[in-house]
Amino acid sequence: MLKQAIENLGNRTIQGVWRIGFAARFFVAILLHSATAFRRFGLTIREMYFTGVLSLIIILVSGLFVGMVLGLQGYETLQRYGSESALGTLVALSLVRELGPVLAGLLFASRAGSAITAEIGLMKATEQLSAMEMMAIDPIARVVAPRFWAGVISMPLLAALFSALGVFGGYLVGVRLIGVDEGTFWSQMQGAVDFEQDILNGVIKSVVFGVAVTTIALFEGYDAPPTAEGVSGATTRTVVTSSLVVLALDFVLTAFMFRGLN
Amino acid sequence: MNRTVLDLWVGLFVIAGVGALLFLALKVGSMSTVNSTDSYEVVADFQNIGGLKPRAPVKSAGVVVGRVADIRFDNGKYEAVVTLRLDKRYAFPKDTSASIMTSGLLGEQYVGLEPGGDSVMLKNKDRILITQDAVVLENLIGQFLYGKAQEGKAQEGVPK
Repeated sequence: MLKQAIENLGNRTIQGVWRIGFAARFFVAILLHSATAFRRFGLTIREMYFTGVLSLIIILVSGLFVGMVLGLQGYETLQRYGSESALGTLVALSLVRELGPVLAGLLFASRAGSAITAEIGLMKATEQLSAMEMMAIDPIARVVAPRFWAGVISMPLLAALFSALGVFGGYLVGVRLIGVDEGTFWSQMQGAVDFEQDILNGVIKSVVFGVAVTTIALFEGYDAPPTAEGVSGATTRTVVTSSLVVLALDFVLTAFMFRGLN
Repeated sequence: MNRTVLDLWVGLFVIAGVGALLFLALKVGSMSTVNSTDSYEVVADFQNIGGLKPRAPVKSAGVVVGRVADIRFDNGKYEAVVTLRLDKRYAFPKDTSASIMTSGLLGEQYVGLEPGGDSVMLKNKDRILITQDAVVLENLIGQFLYGKAQEGKAQEGVPK
């Protein structure tokens, strides 16, 4: 009984370490086989349509509503201290520094990451990847690398759109609906938001999240057991793992980027 | 899907994304004050800077004319050395005074510049000689209490 439990624990540990090692080698293999993704950029553009353009609707609508809610709740709290003028700063800083990259990353993981895993998992289950190898086409260069670069390029653009729409949503609610002074809203915001410290760090965050989410999605798809059950399990794992990784990485990046400020 | 339609959509997506980044950089953030080429630096010594931080605004007549670039401690004079980066568009006389002020009751601290009457203007790496320290609340309360105590003593001394 006890021996069984210890054996189980050992087995799980070995499996976990093996998977991390495999994922790391897989990541390096993607980087080494990236030449095709840039030489035949059409492949990457095609994948950008599926990961980037098709994620636009959910990103834009979520960004707008998150910004509008920030406007409402921020005003509600700030007006107690008579500092409604700081509403623009609150909305812009929270979106550009944290909410934009993180929420766009989470949405990207569930919208695009799950699709990538399901697609590659099914390609593997129906032996399309093996067929490519038979034809001397490297599946990592032809299938995996273009999807990787498409995700890495799309993610910062999506995060920027999320933040911009969020600021616009905050403006709609704060200025148009509630009636905070328009000039104060923008000037306080511009006074507090720094290009290098805030906006550039937000972009760096979103690039890191893009790399993490697409790598996890591609790895789970490539590693999925070639059955219907295996692919569905891998899709679930992609969403769960990449969401957790985005949140954990966000904490680490924030600790490095904003610790020295203020 | 048709290749050209696909290209068109991805192109629109990239344009929208870059546009959003530009919007963030120009409308939400302030790129204008980041530029260090059209600015000059002056130095001011303070005995106490209170809660002044790097990147705090430098204002004259309430208008932001620059930012605090650097704060150091001079171990020879035991004073704080504050470097101010001012916009080149604004020139100040040599006898300008710098004081550390607070916006609002609990607001952030900033450096206020009060122009003097000199005809020679401040140049890069010049030093502002007239400075006024930050008001430290504890000192202020201490002075107030001390003053009250003195007042009380003086009244006691008056014969009835």
